[in-house]
Amino acid sequence: MTATLDPAVETPTVEIGRERRRKEDAHLITGATRWTDNMVLPGMVHLAMLRSPHAHAKITSVSVAGALDLPGVVGAWTGADFPEQAGLPCAWPITADMKSPVRLPVAVDAVKHAGEIIAVVAARTKAEAVDAVEAITLDYEPLPVVLDMQAALADGATLIHPELGTNENAVWVFDSGTAGTGGSAVDALAAAADDPDQVVVERTFRQQRLIPAFMEPRSTVVDPTSDQITIWSATQIPHVMRVLIALSQGIPEHKLRVIAPDVGGGFGGKLQLTPEEVVTMMVARKLNKPAKYTETRSESLISAHHGRDQIQRLRMSARRDGTITGFDVDLLADMGAYLGTVGPGVPILGAFMFNAIYKIPAYRFTCTNVFTNKTITDAYRGAGRPEATFGVERMMDELAAELGMEPMELRKKNWITHDEFPFTTVAGLTYDSGNYEAATDQAVGLFKYDELRAEQSRRRAANDPVQLGIGISTFTEMCGLAPSRVLGSLSYAAGGWESASIRMLPTGGVEVITGASAHGQGHETAWSQIVADELGVPFDSITVIHGDTQSAPKGMDTYGSRSLVVGGVAVVKAAQKVVAKAKVIAAHLLEASEDDLEFAGGKFSVKGTDTSLGIAEIAWATFAAHNLPDGIEPSLDSEATFDPDNFSYPHGTHLCATEVDTETGKVTIRSYVCVDDIGVVVNPLIADGQIHGGLAQGIAQALYEEAQYSEDGQLTSGTFVDYLLPTAADLPSFTLGRTITPSTTNPLGAKGVGEAGTIASTPAVVNAVIDAIRHLGVTDVEMPCTPQRVWRAIQDAKSGSSSSGSSGSSGEERVPVAGAQVEGVLSTGVPTAPADDAGSNPDQNHSSNGGSA
Amino acid sequence: MTALSIKVDGVRYSDEVEPRMLLVQYLREKLGKVGTVIGCDTSNCGACTVHLDGKSVKSCSVLAVQANGSEVTTIEGLATKGQLHPMQQAFHQCHALQCGFCTPGMIMQSISLLQENPHPTEHQIREGLEGNICRCTGYQNIVAAVQAAAGEMAAAAPAEAGRHALATAGAAPADSSGVLA
Repeated sequence: MTATLDPAVETPTVEIGRERRRKEDAHLITGATRWTDNMVLPGMVHLAMLRSPHAHAKITSVSVAGALDLPGVVGAWTGADFPEQAGLPCAWPITADMKSPVRLPVAVDAVKHAGEIIAVVAARTKAEAVDAVEAITLDYEPLPVVLDMQAALADGATLIHPELGTNENAVWVFDSGTAGTGGSAVDALAAAADDPDQVVVERTFRQQRLIPAFMEPRSTVVDPTSDQITIWSATQIPHVMRVLIALSQGIPEHKLRVIAPDVGGGFGGKLQLTPEEVVTMMVARKLNKPAKYTETRSESLISAHHGRDQIQRLRMSARRDGTITGFDVDLLADMGAYLGTVGPGVPILGAFMFNAIYKIPAYRFTCTNVFTNKTITDAYRGAGRPEATFGVERMMDELAAELGMEPMELRKKNWITHDEFPFTTVAGLTYDSGNYEAATDQAVGLFKYDELRAEQSRRRAANDPVQLGIGISTFTEMCGLAPSRVLGSLSYAAGGWESASIRMLPTGGVEVITGASAHGQGHETAWSQIVADELGVPFDSITVIHGDTQSAPKGMDTYGSRSLVVGGVAVVKAAQKVVAKAKVIAAHLLEASEDDLEFAGGKFSVKGTDTSLGIAEIAWATFAAHNLPDGIEPSLDSEATFDPDNFSYPHGTHLCATEVDTETGKVTIRSYVCVDDIGVVVNPLIADGQIHGGLAQGIAQALYEEAQYSEDGQLTSGTFVDYLLPTAADLPSFTLGRTITPSTTNPLGAKGVGEAGTIASTPAVVNAVIDAIRHLGVTDVEMPCTPQRVWRAIQDAKSGSSSSGSSGSSGEERVPVAGAQVEGVLSTGVPTAPADDAGSNPDQNHSSNGGSA
Repeated sequence: MTALSIKVDGVRYSDEVEPRMLLVQYLREKLGKVGTVIGCDTSNCGACTVHLDGKSVKSCSVLAVQANGSEVTTIEGLATKGQLHPMQQAFHQCHALQCGFCTPGMIMQSISLLQENPHPTEHQIREGLEGNICRCTGYQNIVAAVQAAAGEMAAAAPAEAGRHALATAGAAPADSSGVLA
């Protein structure tokens, strides 16, 4: 059992819990910024890339001769001109026999997706470089394009990487029966099928392809003109990048310095060693001149990694009283044409989250990663966990409908109660703390759940053309990536620790160095609050340094809601070491025993006296070093590296009310309430901001965004005209609540917040859309729930054809029903190709009917 | 090359530029006004928004030569005599920025929005910011910041505010620049 605190009463510290305004803001609101693209160095050349217009082709000839003749052009190179280039590394080989293709920064001989780099030009100005790209001549021999995952796996499919002999990247399985964490899901589902007292619900859901779409396009500047090559890049991972370049490109790590200056968002999208970074480095080294490459937005959308893109075939069994008896998850995950830095592992992170907050006795997870002729996929906000949460929360609503139960009651019947923590799940994780009842009670109250249900009944009875829907998502996630041993057991190449150090300056200032490199999260403010409490020094006396491998030499960087619960804890541990070192010197200076000293409010006091010494005074005395104990080094500076024993498990209850116009299909969010339990909150202002932004991205997946490809493999949503990021006018105001059940896995009691809103909100919105029109016979609408898709699902239901996603009992058939749905409705007379034909791609159907939001 | 004479953030410049050069490229590449940023190539994101002769424009959608003879204010010229503009202050107070990349354009557009409608409703603020994309904040605190700045600016200029309060909602007063000085 774990304790849930009353946030109004619990104020144990001075700074932690305060709504401090951010230190980061001053330069950002005045334009005094240091974005990578702002950098100008003497003699710097500008790069432009020639990118493949074909999704799959042999390059039969390529010549840069024409480009070299143009004004300002310093050099132009094809892939063959970079004999030094080596394949970009994938750090997560999820299985021993995983198939891993070589991914060169500049393609040689063949291209596997549209947007792949074929040649690069360096010129005096960006405009001259772009002009010169036009003068490069080349010939292609187009090859058949494979976009659909089922088609890619079919016998006789065109192989994207013939040398691998298959388009299957890997198959990863978790079975609670063999793992000893539960029963066999296969047996449980078979038994349920034969049991009149049980039901089996089977659904196929599609996680559409998304684009992280950070606001700052990626940019890299490389200065090769010193012993250490300096790389500035718009990246989330300066430390990891340095290691990856050293491992893959033959440049010793100690000859590299990586700097992430101001970075304009990432959301996982800058968690990557990119071809562009390596190309810029290679050109700078060839010319021995600084070089800069900044992508256009169109280049970003087509070549920076995408996210999600799964087909989920889910089967859940339950007794008629609602008790879940088994859950079988079978995924296809689209890797795109190559493997990203952690791409293959992203869907695997979902393996531990499909069981969510529920006590499920038997569980199996199978994921097949597939290569297609599309841009690679990799981490995007939530990375594996949004997919899992969507799958299970949609299934809970489907099961409730099947059983005729109230969907919240079904959840309550199956969730882990607060007195059952710590709880080891069927997926093998031990949830340390949580209180799903408390969060749900608060959310239900804020949402006026019962009143909305009553209104829904009235409007349903009145046959209102605009129907009200209520969507629930009671979620948890695993944050704080990650215990290094766990990462090791999952075959990830590196650990999950984080580093911090603290420098006590002689004049009273404090420098905090963190390995968690921020790009909008507010670490400078939050870390200052933590250190202010630990050391008793003023908030404004603290400076946080990050994002430069020279000044912050150790780190694992920022992703996976890890910064506070791993990096913040490292800061706490470093501060505690400072206090321990200071205590020895304080005892000496106060002529007291260490045992008689207590430290509070930045002062060491001799117990029972008014004799004390401030930590700033000790810092000066240590600097002067005139009177230190024998054998004590003249430094209070300390370093700590924290490796968590366990993940942390934020949870929450998200409730969404939608108005769905049954005549037009238009979905409007009427209200959105979320109560998140993220443990102890360092800065409520920052935490709420993270939730707001997370909600926007999760809602965007539900309603707006989709990376669509044409049948020849062109990204048709390749600009912000076509890829629909929500604007202020598209989103409601959110109502946030909070419960605080401190995590027991770290001394801060924090759990992580960066991804919560994204993970929880998508199923809440889609459940609300379905709930509004389920009485019309609709059981699914594929994401994004555009007006056209919603309208079509209603028309399908009226005409008696199956509504999207409601896969029947068709055994091993893995083709998503959406294709059939479109075929049934479109009356164009165009015959639909058979399912085993590479040309029959459900994505194509989507691209023909999407974009109507 | 075409001659260009322009005043940016109070400083006069005379340059020769390529006719195809965009205003945002001129600001960044020729003047070093890198506080104004480029977020897209289709004029959707609004990150490059500046004021051209007092009106907000997306500086990626204006040729530098079109701004000949004009006065441009960027995010870098907004604070006067070391004092932040009330909108900058409101963005800070309301935590209306995270990564900060959209912030210059968002602040410039928000000021323009209040020039046209000093007392907007939440809906009018959301509609007024539709041409500026933020990926971090979900817009909630940006809307709050614009509301806070509207209140602050009205309080700072009660006479102006009184005049605006009489104006029909949505009707742009001819000149509200006094409120924004």
